[in-house]
This record gives sequence, structure tokens and C-alpha cells, in this order.
Amino acid sequence: MIASHLPALQVVVPLLGAPFCFLLWRSPRLSWLLATLISWLTFAISIALLVTVNNSGTIEYAFGGWQAPWGIEYVVDQLNAFVLLIVSGIAAVVFPYSWISVQQEVELRQQSLFFTSMVLCLAGLLGITIAGDAFNLFVLLEISSLSTYTMISMGRDRRALTASFQYLIMGTIGATFIIIGVGILFMLTGSLNMQDLAQRIPELDQSRALHVAFGFLITGIGLKLAMFPLHLWLPNAYAYAPSAASAFIASTATKVAVYVMVRYLFSIFGVNFSFQTIHIQWLFVPVSLFAILFTSIVALFQRDIKRMLAYSSVAQIGYMLLGIGLFNVTGLTATLLHLFNHALMKGALFLAMGAVCYRIGNTFIDSMQGLGKQMPWTMAAFVIGGLSIVGVPLTTGFISKWVLIQAAVERGWWPVIIVIVVASLIAMMYIWRVIEAVYLQSRPENAKNVSEAPLSLLIPVWILALANLYFGANATLSSELAGNAAATLFSGTGF
Amino acid sequence: MDSFFNEVISGALGRYNYWVVIFLMMSGFYVVIGSTNLVKKIVGLNIFQTSVFILYISIGKINGGTAPIVWANAERYSNPLPHVLILTAIVVGVATTALGLSLIMRIKHAYNTVEEDEILAISLEEDEDE
Amino acid sequence: MELLVNISLLFMLSLTVIAVVRLKSLFAIVMLFGIYSLLSAMIFIALDAVDVAFTEAAVGAGISTVLMLATLVTTGRWEKKSSRSSFLPLLIVSITGAALVWGTLDMPEYGNPDNPAHHHVADRYIEQSPEEIGIPNMVTSVLASYRGFDTLGEVIVVFTALIGVLSLLQVRTPPSVAETPLRNENRKLSRPYPVLQVVALVMMPFIILFALYVQFHGDFGPGGGFQAGVIFAVAFILYTLTYGLDDALALTPVSVLKALAAGGVLIYGGTGVVSMLLGGNFLDYNVLSSNPVSGQHIGIIVIELGVGITVASVLICAFYAFMTRALPDQGQKG
Repeated sequence: MIASHLPALQVVVPLLGAPFCFLLWRSPRLSWLLATLISWLTFAISIALLVTVNNSGTIEYAFGGWQAPWGIEYVVDQLNAFVLLIVSGIAAVVFPYSWISVQQEVELRQQSLFFTSMVLCLAGLLGITIAGDAFNLFVLLEISSLSTYTMISMGRDRRALTASFQYLIMGTIGATFIIIGVGILFMLTGSLNMQDLAQRIPELDQSRALHVAFGFLITGIGLKLAMFPLHLWLPNAYAYAPSAASAFIASTATKVAVYVMVRYLFSIFGVNFSFQTIHIQWLFVPVSLFAILFTSIVALFQRDIKRMLAYSSVAQIGYMLLGIGLFNVTGLTATLLHLFNHALMKGALFLAMGAVCYRIGNTFIDSMQGLGKQMPWTMAAFVIGGLSIVGVPLTTGFISKWVLIQAAVERGWWPVIIVIVVASLIAMMYIWRVIEAVYLQSRPENAKNVSEAPLSLLIPVWILALANLYFGANATLSSELAGNAAATLFSGTGF
Repeated sequence: MDSFFNEVISGALGRYNYWVVIFLMMSGFYVVIGSTNLVKKIVGLNIFQTSVFILYISIGKINGGTAPIVWANAERYSNPLPHVLILTAIVVGVATTALGLSLIMRIKHAYNTVEEDEILAISLEEDEDE
Repeated sequence: MELLVNISLLFMLSLTVIAVVRLKSLFAIVMLFGIYSLLSAMIFIALDAVDVAFTEAAVGAGISTVLMLATLVTTGRWEKKSSRSSFLPLLIVSITGAALVWGTLDMPEYGNPDNPAHHHVADRYIEQSPEEIGIPNMVTSVLASYRGFDTLGEVIVVFTALIGVLSLLQVRTPPSVAETPLRNENRKLSRPYPVLQVVALVMMPFIILFALYVQFHGDFGPGGGFQAGVIFAVAFILYTLTYGLDDALALTPVSVLKALAAGGVLIYGGTGVVSMLLGGNFLDYNVLSSNPVSGQHIGIIVIELGVGITVASVLICAFYAFMTRALPDQGQKG
């Protein structure tokens, strides 16, 4: 009986778990324990969903027993089962980590509110991923957004407040653009169900109104996924949020937004409309190439390493959009692979920075000088994550870049390959800056001596660092999942 | 020529509602991105969203229809679905407003101003000090 | 006639919005927003959306405006002149607006009964919901049953906002009566607005009665849990404004409100879980009773109750948090 309800439970468990977390406001520890339990449960559910989808195909779930398109339905196919796994997997690693980190970075009064927000954010992100209804997606988007603003605002620096406010404004504009787009789609088709929309859109492909709806949806989603130049909210938000929140949001929120973009482009509007009528690739390719180079260079000049990683994230989003813009199965496979791989590497890097922050109180490059000897395990994990960002062989970063280059070769677009190589060299420079400071310089004399981070921080960091190595050396599983999903999307039978 | 004018007029009559709503939406959007006072930005956001609500409700209107509540003398009902969506959206809007305004109060406390320019100047100084 | 009403309302909306763009007094801007909201509520009535009009009037002109005014108390009333150029925003807005107008050329004509929006999903709501759900208000049927999961999401959005507000603004703990007998005594003697207080006290039962009516009459007329929750909250806002925050906090302690906010969500979600346990899908009310239509009825009443409880307690709690920040020394002065 439970098996048939899995798609609903995937979201309902964290959604209804959150009020319980909140009710435990007198004891943050219990809130955190419950949150962790919820994250593991959702991870188990998403594994079960992935297995079911691979064995028996797409699953649909009708809320309230009302058949779509009259009711709201959840649809799990190979693509979003994969994204669900990423989101809940990262949550299952970050939530246990959060306890100690939050103890130090968030006021006692706010701690249980922080854990409640994390659970709500998880529920929202999972809901966006699994939703088969365009308006329901908007509602869950707002749950995840509001809880993200809350988490960011809990950072210790007062700039966390302005970062959160800026994100609130940009995010709400994005969400409003999305509802304008959905409204026009509804006006033209009379439906809100994604599969239903996908069937009705092809006959409208000359309608100017449909083109406008497309523009609004892409801009709105672009704001949410920090598509260059709509990324201005991201660096501050990631830099000033509490470490656990940065790690969770950086490795999941933008991934989910990229998923929504892929879903709209390939499944709802369809390959023909997006790429042959509108030619979205002529927007994505130049913009993402510029974004990759520009934000990688900006990352070089950051003093706060969390901020540097945030700029690097904008560049990585560029790679994902580039993969879409290459407009072939290999390119899309690279995008989907990078969703997975980037979650692992940014998760590891931000968690390592959280451990540094726990010991020395900030993540400035000059305060980290000589830290390699005092926090060897944390820094080693950082190096693994960093190598993965650069794309060194035997790390996950190499796999996604390799596939992306293959896709560019298939197209014969040599300048794209040059940009990827140059950007990887820049990435090497900004990672090297940290490695140099940490290992080659000695600890400043006035700096206090610190010891290695506690195990409850180190274990999650290393789980992700090892995952970077494992999926770098042994990429069959992730490539197969991404490749299958990409092939299905291109065949036009997505869903 | 006459038929052209007729077409223009009937086209305009069928769309004037959308055009005014677009003007309202864009004015709200302009207040959000054009003003530097944070409170005014939130007001702009509300106007922007409220105007989108009018767009949705206009989509649902049927000439000669009545409110979608069963009624013996009703000939036809307007479309209830946009109403439901907008009820949800209004609630989401007030939730965002409440959160945004709380942030503004805290920002005022932390920076002693709610003007974006001044906050930006203070932040730049802080960045340099670091 | 309808056309005339519509056009004049749209015209007034445009004037209001132009005033908002041009004015520098934040107080005037906020009041104009309240007017904008009321005007849109009128337009919603003209466009047959009575439930939406009700909600917009209660939320936009009511709660949002009150919260904005409370914010102005701390932030000051005037917008400073900015040196920033308005060229780029104007350009973005013009391009976006032009794109939309271009899109309208292919949009279905306004009000035409044959538009595609009315003939795919909506038909069933209009033709079959009175039998399938058994209640006359189709908006309530769609909101609570066909698209019940959206409404659960909406309640959770409200709950999420409460988490944010509470984390940013702390609600003051009221001084206990035992600790400050003298001050309490003083306050009783020097109550500043005796007339207002008496009027408020007389009005409160009626407001609450009206809230209950809206709550339980939502199946038949416009209304439902959300509107009722807002009206209920208004009664306590009125009480706070006339009697002061400390008295209000004594009447409705924050810990109770917090528990109620979570409780409302759990009532709604719990209904879904119960329907799962009875063998239906999440939020399938048909299984709640042996007769599907009465099952729908039970389900809708219960979830609307959950909505009302959460909305009322979140709004009251958020208002207290705003008042704590806006008037930090209120109570000490009395």
C-alpha cells in the first residue's frame, strides 16, 4: 500500500514534518534530530522511487483522487527521479552536519526555526521537482524561496539581511514572471497540467502570445537559477548565509531550477518549439560562454572563499546552460551529469568551509593561511572538491567536462572547447590561491592555534569528497541515468 | 478601409482590458526596480502582483456570465479556475510581504537607513575595510 | 453599463498607480496601495470573482496595509531623492511591456465564451462539481477538493512566512501581572482612549461572529477558511490597537498562537493522511464517509477549519511581532 503512495510521501513527509520541528521550539536538539530523520526518510523514498521508475516506467499520482488535468498530479520519470535523488541525498548529508555548525553560527532563539526552515526548503525543492502541474510548481517554489530567505537572513553578518532582501525582491520578480507565463499558457490552452500543456502547445507554435509566455517563463526561471546576468543576488546570499544553509542551497536550489528549465524547454514547450522556432540556443551559448569566463575571473579576486565559491557556482551554471545550448543528446547528458556532479563538489567545498568557519570564525583567505597543518582532513577534502571544480581526471568534474567537450566536438564548435579549457585554467588559479595560502604559507603569528574540526562535521565533508572520487572513477551509474534521461527528453516522449 | 477600422476597433475592444492591466503591471514593476527605498520596493511588488491577479481574473471572465456559485437563474458562469489560482496567489503575496517588511525593520535597525544607495555605500566601505 | 464600470475602475487604478510612482511620501504611497487594492477588489466583483474580491479587500487593503504602516513607524515616512538614473529600469520595463502588448495581439478576445481557457478543464468544474462535491460554490469545490493540494501548499507558505517573521522579529514577552501590580494599576486608571476601547469591545464579538459565518458559509456563498482567518485576526488587531500590546498578549499568548499555527497545518495535512489510511489517495475525501458526497463535505469543512486556524494565528502573531518592533516602549509609558 505504501509503495503506491511514494510520490506523495516524498513531499508530504517533509511538508508535514516541518510543523512538528517547529513545535519542538523549546529544544533545538530535538528539532534537529527530527529534521535529520526526515531527510534520511526522504532519501530512502527517492531511492525507492528511482528503482521503481527504472523497473516499471513513469509513475503518476493523482492528489485527491482527481484525474489530471482536473486535479493536481505528481509525475516521476527518469529525469526527475534523478534530481529527487540529488536533492534528498545532499539533504541527508547536510542535515546531520548542521547541528554543530548552527550551534556556533545561529542564535539559540532561532535554531529550531532554522531547522524548520531547512525542512520546509527541502519539501519545497522536492515538490518543485516532482510536480506535474505548472501552478502547483509555483506554490512549492514559494515555500522553498521563503524558507531560503529566512535561512539566509540568519547569518551573523548584517549583510546577510540585505542579501536576503535582495534575493527576496529578485526571487519574487522571478516567481511573478513565472505566473504571468503560466497565466498566458492557461489562457491559450485551458490547462495547467504539464503533460496536457505539452500536447496542446505544438498546434499553437505560431501564436505570438505563446512566444511571450515562453519569454516570461525562461526569464523567471533564469532569475531563480541565477542565469547570467540575472545572478546578482547569488554571491551575497551564499556568502553571508549560515554555512549549513550555504552548503544545502548551493548544491540543490540552482540544480532544481536548472531541472525546471530543462522540463519547460524539452517536455512542455518541446524540442521543436524551443530550439527550432525560438532558437533558444542562440541565447544560451553566447551568454553562458561569457558567464563562464567572466564569473571565473571575478572569483579570482574574492577574499572570502565562500564568496569565491558562489561566483564559481554562477560559472558552473553557465556550463549547464551551455550543455542545453549545444542542442544534442551528449550536451544534455553533460548538463544532467553536471547537476549531479556539481552538487557533490559544491556540497563538499561549502561543507569544508563550514568546518573552517567553525574553527576560525570566518572564511577569509588570509585567515586561512597555514591551516593545512592544523586542519589536515578538512583541507584535504577541500582540495579534492577543488580539483573536481577544475576538472582533474579521476574526479567528477572531469567526467562532466569531458562529456561537454564531446558534445562540442560533435557540433564542431571549437571555440567552445577553447573557452572550457581556458575557464578550467582560471578555476585552477583560484583553487591554487587557496591551496597556496593553506599549505605553503605559515600560520600568522597572532593567529590562534586551532585543531581539526569535530567528527560530526568531518564525516559529512568526507562523504561528499569521497563521492567526488567514486563517481569520478566509476561514472557508469551517473552517466547511465543522465544519458537515459537525456535521450528520452530528445525523443520528444519526455514524461 | 472601413472593414479595417472595424477590425481595429473590435480588436481594441477585445483587448483594452489587457492593455490597461499591462500598464498597471509594468508601473508596479518599475516601482520595484526603479526606486531605492526598500518600503517602496515592497509596495511596488504588491502592485505588480495585484495587477497580475487582475490579468488572471480577466482571463476567467465570460461576457454575460455570473459568479460561479450555483444559482437558479444563471445563464452561464464565469470560469472558477482563475479565481482559485488567484486566491492562492494573494495568500502567497501577503506571506512574501510580511517577510519582506520584517527584513526591512531589521535592516533599519542594523544600518539605520532603508535607502538602497546608502546601504550600498556602507557595504562597500565594509568590504574595503576587510 | 458593465463596460463603463470596468473602464472607469481601470482608469482610477491607472491614476492611483501613477501617483504611487511619482510621490515621495511613503505614508501616502502605502495609503494609495490600500486604495489600489480596494479598487482591484471592485474590479474583481465586476469580473464575477466574488471570493477573490473578498480576499483582496481583506488582505491587500487590510492586512498588507496595516503591516506596511507598522513598518513605516520604524523606517520613517519619506523616501530620499536618489541620484541613480532611472534609464535602465525604464528601458527594462518598456521592453517587457512592449513584449506583452505584442503578445496580446494573438490572445483570445476578452470575455468571449468560446475562449480555450473556458473549455478544457473548467467545464467539468462548472457542470459536475455540484453533483461530485455537492456544494454550490464552485470556487470552494475547486480550491478545497480538485486542487486541494495547492491549498495545502498555500497554508504552508503562510506557515513558512511565520517562521521567517518570528526569526527576524522577536515578540515581546509581556510583563507578568504579579511582577508589576503598580504599573498595571496605573494603566487601568489612565487608559488613554476609553471611548475607542468600549467601541472596540462591543465590536469584537460581532467581528468574530462574522468570521465564523464566513468560515462555515464558504460552501454556499463567497468565503472560506482564508477569509475567515483574516477577519478573525482583524478582531485581535483592533483589540491590540485600542488596549495595547501587553493586554493583547495576555489574551492570546504567543506560545498558544504558535501551536495553533502548526496545528492548523496538521489538521489539513492530517485529513490527507487519514484519507490515505482509508485507502484513497492523499486528500481524497470520497473515502472519508460511506457516501462520497458527504465524504467531500466532511473533508472540506475540516480542511477549511485548518486553513482558518493557521491563517488567523499566523496573522495575529506576525502583527504582534511587527508591533513589538514598531513600538518597543509601548506599555512602559502608560
